[in-house]
Amino acid sequence: MENEWLYIGLFLIVGVALPAAAIILAWLISPKKPNPIKDSTYECGMETVGESGVQFKAQYYIFGLVFLIFDVETVFLFPWAVSLGKLPLFAVLEGIVFILILVAGLGYIWRKDALEWV
Amino acid sequence: MNFWANPIQVTADWLMGLFTGWGMTEVLASILTQLLGIVVMITIMLVIDILLVWIERKVVARFQDRLGPNRGGPFGLIQPFADIIKLFIKENITPAGVDKVVYNLAPILSVFSVLILWAIIPLAPVIIGVDLNVGLLYLVAAGAIGTLSIIMAGWSSNNKFALLGAFRQVAAMISYEIPMVVALLIPTVLAGTMGMLGISEAQQGMWYVFLSPLAALIFLISAVAELGRTPFDLSEGESEVVAGFHIEYSGMKFGWFYAGELLHAFTFGGFWGILFFGGYHFFGLENLGPLVAAAIVLFKALIGYWVIMWIKYTLMRIRIDHMLAFNWKFLVPLSLVVLMVTALLNTLLRDTSTWVMAVSMFLSNVLIAWVVIEILRGRSRTEREKVESPAQPVVEATH
Repeated sequence: MENEWLYIGLFLIVGVALPAAAIILAWLISPKKPNPIKDSTYECGMETVGESGVQFKAQYYIFGLVFLIFDVETVFLFPWAVSLGKLPLFAVLEGIVFILILVAGLGYIWRKDALEWV
Repeated sequence: MNFWANPIQVTADWLMGLFTGWGMTEVLASILTQLLGIVVMITIMLVIDILLVWIERKVVARFQDRLGPNRGGPFGLIQPFADIIKLFIKENITPAGVDKVVYNLAPILSVFSVLILWAIIPLAPVIIGVDLNVGLLYLVAAGAIGTLSIIMAGWSSNNKFALLGAFRQVAAMISYEIPMVVALLIPTVLAGTMGMLGISEAQQGMWYVFLSPLAALIFLISAVAELGRTPFDLSEGESEVVAGFHIEYSGMKFGWFYAGELLHAFTFGGFWGILFFGGYHFFGLENLGPLVAAAIVLFKALIGYWVIMWIKYTLMRIRIDHMLAFNWKFLVPLSLVVLMVTALLNTLLRDTSTWVMAVSMFLSNVLIAWVVIEILRGRSRTEREKVESPAQPVVEATH
């Protein structure tokens, strides 16, 4: 149906518009009395020291990379899963070999201690 | 056509007739009708969202042996509406130094990522926004927008706590997306389609929770992690990062984060019900009419939501290294094994009867669970011995 994605598009527009309308309405009817103390960064009453853009652990980056590899490869599995009912046994086994390669990759990452939180 | 047999179609036809009667073109009338349907749908979801606040507060009160809101109206039902009014008239404090566009967009995207999921939820065979043939991929894609909103909120707030909370939350969310996607592959394998309506329809005889209980469990765990609820609410470790990524938000913007979280839990309860607990099928009760079927889906969503609340108020927060290790060293390998076994059994037993397949699927899941529990017991025994054994010489040395 050609209307499917039109419907999704309309849904996305309304999905943004209604929450945005609520925020705009709140902005219109709420009081606006800013002062420097109120607008300062919230740190439980402490003065902010240094930059607020802190350096983050490299571990987050490694987990991001591992995620990226797995996410891309799991997307490849969706077409295989959809057509599984019509595939011959050989093609199913091929898919399983593909998953086993993924598992081998996971084992390699595990052995390299990339999954440890250091 | 009878209204009760197909309420959406009848209403749409009536509106189309009305609009074309006013002199509109066919296309414009069709778009306007769809737009009205979407607005009604989203409004219903937001009203349910307001009631979810009441349900959440009542249920947590009962879990903690309290009464919960009971002053505003009967059973405190007016309370959430009073909360909404309070959120509306609160001052919106925008701290100095925030990235204004990203800061204001983050709460909108947070609730947007949940609302758009209701476009594909089949409430009944005839009450469904649109039956996308890539429905599950749409679910995963919408989840990614939720992750985006969190990193946007944390990054733009110009606050160390917010940034740290966002990092933790995003690391957890992207990690737990892998077992979730693999768990989503299992209904796809069993039903042979990614469409939500097809998956619901395929569960007429047998709910998938009986075919693959492990997949249902993996989906629930990763859904709780995606939601960022306890035990996985690392972004909101009060003693560490105050309120996490939404620390600098006040008024209605905070309200959207809160509402988005509750609606997200409800929606994932709904998806749990649709993917593994038969969707609108409930012992033939769905044949009474589409409105009954819709009530069944919403009831299952509430049950799923209740399970998620039950987990939230029973368990305590776990540490981030434990959480990521639990995902990568346990859930991901387990989900991949379950997927391989399911795919293999589904192919080998293709020509046998439904019952043979159901029993063998269930037994294979039980076998996997038993092996996993044995491995975990062995691991914990060696870990315990490692911890306990060096204590011995220390005690002797003091004598």
